[in-house]
Amino acid sequence: MSKCRACGEPAVIDLARHNANFCADHFIRLCLRQMTRAIDDFSMFSREDRILVAVSGGKDSLALWDMLIMEGYHAAGLYIGLGIGEYSDESGRLVRQFASERGLTLHEIDLRAEHGFDIPTAAKATRRVPCSACGLAKRHLFDSAAREHGYDVLVTGHNLDDEAAVLFGNTLRWDVEYLRRQAPVLAASGGFGRKAKPLVRLTEREMAAWCVIRGIDYVVEECPMALGNRHLAYKESLAGLESRSPGVTASFFLGFLERMAPILDAGVDHDDPVACRQCGAPTSAVDESCAFCRLVSTAAAHEPVPVRLVLDRRRRKAFDEQWGTTTMETT
Amino acid sequence: MIVQLRQPRREVEVRGGRPARAVLIELGLAPEGHLVIRNGTLVPSDAELGDDDLVEIRPVVSGG
Repeated sequence: MSKCRACGEPAVIDLARHNANFCADHFIRLCLRQMTRAIDDFSMFSREDRILVAVSGGKDSLALWDMLIMEGYHAAGLYIGLGIGEYSDESGRLVRQFASERGLTLHEIDLRAEHGFDIPTAAKATRRVPCSACGLAKRHLFDSAAREHGYDVLVTGHNLDDEAAVLFGNTLRWDVEYLRRQAPVLAASGGFGRKAKPLVRLTEREMAAWCVIRGIDYVVEECPMALGNRHLAYKESLAGLESRSPGVTASFFLGFLERMAPILDAGVDHDDPVACRQCGAPTSAVDESCAFCRLVSTAAAHEPVPVRLVLDRRRRKAFDEQWGTTTMETT
Repeated sequence: MIVQLRQPRREVEVRGGRPARAVLIELGLAPEGHLVIRNGTLVPSDAELGDDDLVEIRPVVSGG
């Protein structure tokens, strides 16, 4: 069996992009080193800052929270109950378990209880792609929660594969505005708080391995609404390239940050946001409500929609296989 | 050897006495996209899986 590159003990993981194998102890050290390098290289935050970690119950956000605490950062969690059936029930349970076992502060927001809608209903009412409605709601609530509770920075568990897939999609469409905004840290500006992605140097395989090694229970199953989405298709394409050329994903994304992002950002004026006339949150929508308030007004007026009813036949089958739902087919 | 798979959660029986990578390939699973957990411990893809081992193969890709 393969040996750890650092100490020669039996390895627990082989990392083709590093052309090396590692034991559990040296793998943990490698991950912490990659995270702190990203934090320092991009000036994300300091050890004195109060950090709010957006946690979903998945591997990346729980691993990130664990890593930050292990490195001595002051990090609390924020969980948003999205109302995606049994998937949300399970993810909420695992987040609460993680926080209580470690005595960590966890803030919670329940979309249905506090804003009168959930993600399946929002998708149905607005005819948006579910991931789009979900992303919009989460971005707004992350920002407002960090502001309300006085945190210095909001961090998310976006990893190298996530960021490379987004970059791949934006490049395929030559979406220059999105390309310009794709950065591992966004400074506080115009009422928006600082946001950072400390896992941009780590892959999702590495984050899953972190959780297994550290004994962290997370939701292994995919969100039923995200199954087969475009983001996953981009990841699949990149994974094919990565298997033939290990390290190509990292050089694609990190090379973009180093050599292309500065060119895209040069000489661009950033519009100052205005205050949403309903909730006061910063928005680019002049004389209008922000996108989240518009989403609330449409979705909260709609009768609740169970998650199964917004899934197509393929996703519904996968959902039933995973969560054991036996409800009769309705469409 | 019984192998537990995820998404959805299910079990399959395959022949043991060979490296994890060979089992992944037989099951049509990309080694880079999965972790192999043998008797509760993470193992690299060249680890030998025995007929009596409890094996879980866990996907690592998520689309959220």
